Amino acid sequence: MRLRIKQPSVLPGFGLTLGFTLLYLSAIVLIPLAALFLKSAGMGWSSFWATVTSPRVVAAYKLSFGAAAIGALINAVFGFVVAWSLVRYSFPGKRIVDAMVDLPFALPTAVSGIALTTLYSRNGWIGQYLEPLGIQAAFSPLGVTIALTFIGLPFVVRTLQPALEDLDPDMEEAAASLGASRWRTLRRVILPTVLPSLLTGFALAFARALGEYGSVVFISGNMPMRTEIAPLLIVAKLEQYDYAGATAIAVVMLLISFAILLAINVIQWVASRHRIGG
Amino acid sequence: MADSKRVVVVAVVLVTAIVLGLILIRILGGSGADPDETAGKRAVTLLNVSYDPTRELYQEFNPAFARYWKAKTGQDVVIEQSHGGAGKQARAVIDGLKADVVTLALAYDIDAIARQGGLLAADWQSRLPENSAPYTSTIVFLVRKDNPKSIRDWDDLVKPGVEVITPNPKTSGGARWNYLAAWAFALKKELGDLKALHHPAQAAQVEQAQARAREFVAELHKHVPVLDSGARGSTNTFAQRGIGDVLLAWENEAFLAVNELGPDKFDIVVPSISILAEPPVAVIDKVVEKKGTREVAEEYLKYLYSPEGQRIVARHYYRPAYPQHADPADLERFPDVERVRIDEVFGGWRKAQETHFNDGGVFDQIYQVSK
Amino acid sequence: MAGTIAFRTGSASSGAAGRPAITEPAPVRWALIGVSLSFLGLFLLIPLAGVFVEAFRKGAGAFFAALRDPAALAAVKLTLLVAAIAVPVNCVFGLAASWAIAKFNFVGKNLLITLIDLPFAVSPVISGLIYILVYGLHGWLGPFLSAHDIEIIFAVPGIVLATLFVTFPFVAREVIPLMQVQGNDDEEAAITLGAGGLQTFFRVTLPNVKWAVLYGVILCNARAMGEFGAVSVVSGHIRGKTSTMPLHVEILYNEYNFVAAFAVASLLALLALATLALKSFVEWRSRRPFAEAPDAAVLEDLSHEH
Repeated sequence: MRLRIKQPSVLPGFGLTLGFTLLYLSAIVLIPLAALFLKSAGMGWSSFWATVTSPRVVAAYKLSFGAAAIGALINAVFGFVVAWSLVRYSFPGKRIVDAMVDLPFALPTAVSGIALTTLYSRNGWIGQYLEPLGIQAAFSPLGVTIALTFIGLPFVVRTLQPALEDLDPDMEEAAASLGASRWRTLRRVILPTVLPSLLTGFALAFARALGEYGSVVFISGNMPMRTEIAPLLIVAKLEQYDYAGATAIAVVMLLISFAILLAINVIQWVASRHRIGG
Repeated sequence: MADSKRVVVVAVVLVTAIVLGLILIRILGGSGADPDETAGKRAVTLLNVSYDPTRELYQEFNPAFARYWKAKTGQDVVIEQSHGGAGKQARAVIDGLKADVVTLALAYDIDAIARQGGLLAADWQSRLPENSAPYTSTIVFLVRKDNPKSIRDWDDLVKPGVEVITPNPKTSGGARWNYLAAWAFALKKELGDLKALHHPAQAAQVEQAQARAREFVAELHKHVPVLDSGARGSTNTFAQRGIGDVLLAWENEAFLAVNELGPDKFDIVVPSISILAEPPVAVIDKVVEKKGTREVAEEYLKYLYSPEGQRIVARHYYRPAYPQHADPADLERFPDVERVRIDEVFGGWRKAQETHFNDGGVFDQIYQVSK
Repeated sequence: MAGTIAFRTGSASSGAAGRPAITEPAPVRWALIGVSLSFLGLFLLIPLAGVFVEAFRKGAGAFFAALRDPAALAAVKLTLLVAAIAVPVNCVFGLAASWAIAKFNFVGKNLLITLIDLPFAVSPVISGLIYILVYGLHGWLGPFLSAHDIEIIFAVPGIVLATLFVTFPFVAREVIPLMQVQGNDDEEAAITLGAGGLQTFFRVTLPNVKWAVLYGVILCNARAMGEFGAVSVVSGHIRGKTSTMPLHVEILYNEYNFVAAFAVASLLALLALATLALKSFVEWRSRRPFAEAPDAAVLEDLSHEH
């Protein structure tokens, strides 16, 4: 039976390792996630639909999506500049800067949330300079965007770095010798080559930001219809003992996450086929 | 070949078994043995699941009870504390957090444990004196030093340019008291006397007053720039971040903020009318029966009503149920204020919760209209 | 090849070696470097500095007193224990999954890879919630667990499970791409020469991927120690018993004990920095070309033993 689904190989251990993988995957990930789906299925389609499309929930989706998308976009732009600087140039302290990029990943989200709120609120180091300009950073959608930009940064930089390193210098030289300006080379030669990595990094940062909770609740202000993120609504539903409602929102978010991951896989698959084909 | 394959199997199975075994040991060890076994009688451990503002109170009360219990029975008692938003804490108990006693912000939350979890009898509130509330509190205003916006009463909160800090009633028990206190103020202002609520003859007037109260509360929330998820979060926003002109807070939180965060920075303002908050306490039957801790758990809650318990309660700015036991100096700190009861004005917590705070309730409507 | 997202580094050193002949004019170069540094400074360095400044606001004495508090020590111990369980378990899983996925071709492989990645994109709140739905008192296994007095949720096992979930993909996603790139040639040669499966794995495969494994372990560890959202849902917040360090930070913060909160936070930040240093070291080591790769000598050695 096994031989039919698997191509033959001289290497041992397929059944064992795959069996263990599936068992462990089921125990830790699949069965608990199935519980989520079953719980929300228990509430019936119409009340499920009513829950996930109620105005407050829709507003939260909009904020979560909007802020996550803007954050990922900022990261795509600045992350590209950072990755480019790290790969192409040498400057003092580069190694330290390179290591620092991972900080948002390694720093616990609650710590970053408290630290960011301290900085960006009205009397914080940065907030006090924004206040006179009429910009309210903490407790506004801007604050949510700042937190989501913070946590997404490493993903863009880290997926771009290997791609930029693999760039073939000959292509750039050829473009230059054909009279293309540096800017034109960047647009026509470099960007298209690293685009799959850039998209992957963007999608990763986006997916991560969509579900982020710990760092956002401190800085968002949690105003209904304005600065409530979707994960906070899940928590709020739970506080009202509304398990079915909480799982309904969770299911929607989970499906979106899964779709994003699939999209990343498709991007990479297309990109790798492209590379082999062309 | 076959040999080494077997070795791989054995190795992987061994590693997995060791790791799973470790987890299992923790599972079994975690529930069985107490960490604090002493030479004499076996120590007993109680878990008190409470809400946010009682941290300091129980930090002092727990050792006092442990001394009392040791003197009385010779047994050591270790009391573990868990604090958080009242709703979250109640849900954790429903989901299996093994609380021997709960000391929460609202009767509604303990009702939920009884109703949804079936972990204690529905009549729990009649088991201890004073509606199972050994201490009460109320809602007051905390303003910046010398009250620059001259806030004296609830009306002043909706004056142009005033920013009000209160937590989100969806996630915070304290915020629900704030909200209902504001509502009660508006009703009283319209009706003159809250007794009118129960006069069938004045039904039309009452209805109009309720509509005005709703407008007032909606207007009030337009002055709220941040809705933190819990009472402590709001205090931090107001005191640490310098946001807002007035914080609606538990009386004990307001006193605590003044003492801990700077007497030179804040003043307390007492409004003309506020609400009688009765944070209730209860023993969780199912848990104490299983753990065999009923006796000590019940004694723990009763001790809150004892002279010593009441003294500690008053010291931490809760109004004691039996003021005669408290230090008069502590009592002097509590200002006189008319405190209305939830049962009289809102028909009990369950009704208030359904009307105002559940999904689609008045609070949701206020926010959906205003945006 | 579709699949695992290689969230891996590739940093500095190789760029310096093979710097392309063409580059931008110096002003553009410095402008770009300037933009990078100010962006990173604004978003990374200042928050980090903020943590340490707050922690030492009342002097070093208050800082160390906060860390000697028994509840803080208990939180540190619990955090270390959780990481000590979660990291090896996910490491074993990661190796097994990589072997199955990278060394064999089978139906449904891409789906399997996406499922392994899934916990990465799931909101931490949901990660906690699902374990309550399974192990909570009213969950699937709740009545059984309660009848047998087994505590999972609101106890250490629940925290371990939630941590396992959020750190699930890290080792696997680091190792799979590398194993795929390296192909099966070395292993097939070893097996053909008569080496056993275990021998092949430990003497040929593992040395080839050991830096990727270590890198995955480091990422896994960083996340295991720092997770807040998921653990918060399943912990029960019992002071000194089920509070991990990130949760303890929140508790202290809510007790107006800001110095202590930031002291514990700075300890976590130090752990993060140590992780980053270790990671840089691993990257630096793994870049030394073929230093540890098995070569003909090893294969020959293997063939002699049989």
